[in-house]
Amino acid sequence: MSFNIALWLSQDAITNGAIYALLALALVAVYTVTRVIFVPQGDFISLAALSLATLQAGLVPGTVYLLIGGGLLITAIDGVAVLRKKKLKRFAAIALENIALPAVIAGAAVWSASRPEDILLQVAVTLAIVTPMGPMLYRLAFQPVANAPILVLLIIAVAVHYMLTGMALVFFGGEGVRTQLLPDISFQLGVLNITGQSLAVIITSLVLIVLLAILFGSTVYGKALRATALNRTGARLVGISSEFTGRLSFALAALIGAASGILVSPFTTIYYDTGFLISLKGFVGAIIGGMTNYPLAALGSLLVGFLESFSSFWASTFKESIVFTLIIPVLLWRSLTTHRVEEDEEP
Amino acid sequence: MSALDVRDLSVGYGKVKVLHGLSLAVPEGAIATVIGPNGAGKTTLLMALMGLIPGRGAVVYGDRDIAADSTEERVGYGLCLVPERRELFSDMPVADNLLLGAFPRIRRGARDVEDDVAAVYQRFPRLQERRTQLAGTLSGGERQMLALGRALMARPKLLMLDEPSLGLAPRIVRDIFQVIADLKSTGVSILLVEQNARAALQVADYGYVLEMGELVLEGPASELAANPRVLESYLGLAHSPE
Ligand SMILES: Nc1ncnc2c1ncn2[C@@H]1O[C@H](COP(=O)(O)OP(=O)(O)O)[C@@H](O)[C@H]1O
Ligand SMILES: [Mg+2]
Repeated sequence: MSFNIALWLSQDAITNGAIYALLALALVAVYTVTRVIFVPQGDFISLAALSLATLQAGLVPGTVYLLIGGGLLITAIDGVAVLRKKKLKRFAAIALENIALPAVIAGAAVWSASRPEDILLQVAVTLAIVTPMGPMLYRLAFQPVANAPILVLLIIAVAVHYMLTGMALVFFGGEGVRTQLLPDISFQLGVLNITGQSLAVIITSLVLIVLLAILFGSTVYGKALRATALNRTGARLVGISSEFTGRLSFALAALIGAASGILVSPFTTIYYDTGFLISLKGFVGAIIGGMTNYPLAALGSLLVGFLESFSSFWASTFKESIVFTLIIPVLLWRSLTTHRVEEDEEP
Repeated sequence: MSALDVRDLSVGYGKVKVLHGLSLAVPEGAIATVIGPNGAGKTTLLMALMGLIPGRGAVVYGDRDIAADSTEERVGYGLCLVPERRELFSDMPVADNLLLGAFPRIRRGARDVEDDVAAVYQRFPRLQERRTQLAGTLSGGERQMLALGRALMARPKLLMLDEPSLGLAPRIVRDIFQVIADLKSTGVSILLVEQNARAALQVADYGYVLEMGELVLEGPASELAANPRVLESYLGLAHSPE
């Protein structure tokens, strides 16, 4: 292999690795805070990419109906419960969040569909459609069983993944899409032909990773998420509700998934089930971080990017097998070197 | 007027019943204590009062029955527990542990949280020295101070303490009990659970004796301390040196 090819493969590796790192960070956040191994993480990628492509085609994406339906369902469940207790203020808050907000987002989607040239608006609307789905999923599928064993939560996560994949197929069909984000600019750096697209991915990912670091390291909300991960009973005793941290971590996961979908869709054809495959690479990174360690998970994801890129050059047919086979030595190494995080002892 | 009124509370773990219909009260602005041997159900009682484990019966706080409310809601009302196992955030610095003690207040937009941190540091200068250190690296006494300090950050109206003297050196035990007495003078109602019956009855106004999940004795703390049965079972070491 020549040096030039190595450079070129590295560019590819870093671009993909950055996306995997984002996904891995989301997976670690959701797992440590809620103990959910978040299989549906990748579905947000597909939903976001397909929604964006639909908006760019001048149509309103079906995900808007998903949002409205989910909001109505939650209002029916939670709203009736608080109305029984005559907590009118609480009911207003629930209705505002679950009916008014989706309605506003739907309005924005309709408006955006009529402005096919306004890419920034399309991106914003796509993020606005997909992000609230995270907390909605938490409320409907996970909050009722928040104290269930990890295995039960995993099985629910798998079920939710199939449901979301099915919804994506129903709303968008089996066609693959590519989106248009930036004009196809590229420039020469030495021997390397740097595309604007991959530069955008790397910079955006880095910015998001830095923002996540600030959130978890310096804000009281991020600290509350970490505290929940460290000691669930302690967190409840200081009044950090698991409902709040669950919703927050799921919102983060959905936002990261949506951002990843928007970032990859210009150079990867996205089908209704592509997101899942992409997120599996993030899972390998997260597993390298033991599902609990953010920096290791990010570095592990970068390693996955390199492994994938270079094996696609040497042995492209085995590319996927090589990446996923990495899990075995990693798990062996981790089970030998780390003690597991403490499982809940609550009844 | 009672800060907390518990009526006919029964609690169990699955099929095992641990508390059998307890009724007790914490008078407003006073210290009530529950003493009793290991395994009597003292920790279970406090966990049930915080809503960490479900129970049957009425838990009336002020003028509302909170028995069906979540732990987080109870914290919001002003109940606060310093648990037997402390439950600190071990991988976070002392300062962050304190900050998170005020989490519900911060969410409601409180701006005086820094003042409260300063007040905790003034009460426990040791914590200020250790403020950047991870909670998991603290000594037993420092961990208890941090647990207490974190609880104070919530500005509790009813503070529940589960064996605050457990495993601590006598000098630190004195400090902690001094803080408990100070807190009472600021108007906080306190429910103190202790195996160290002598120290508890000294600081408390009213006492209960819990044995095998049932309250077998109760009365003003000074009378309880003179009760022959309490003298024999719980203050038996009263005349031996420490
Ligand atoms: N998580 C649990 N599951 C089952 N039984 C428990 C549990 N925790 C405590 N117990 C039992 O409940 C009884 C009371 O325990 P506890 O409330 O810790 O007593 P104390 O705090 O007075 O020492 C004991 O018999 C103990 O074995
Ligand atoms: Mg105990």
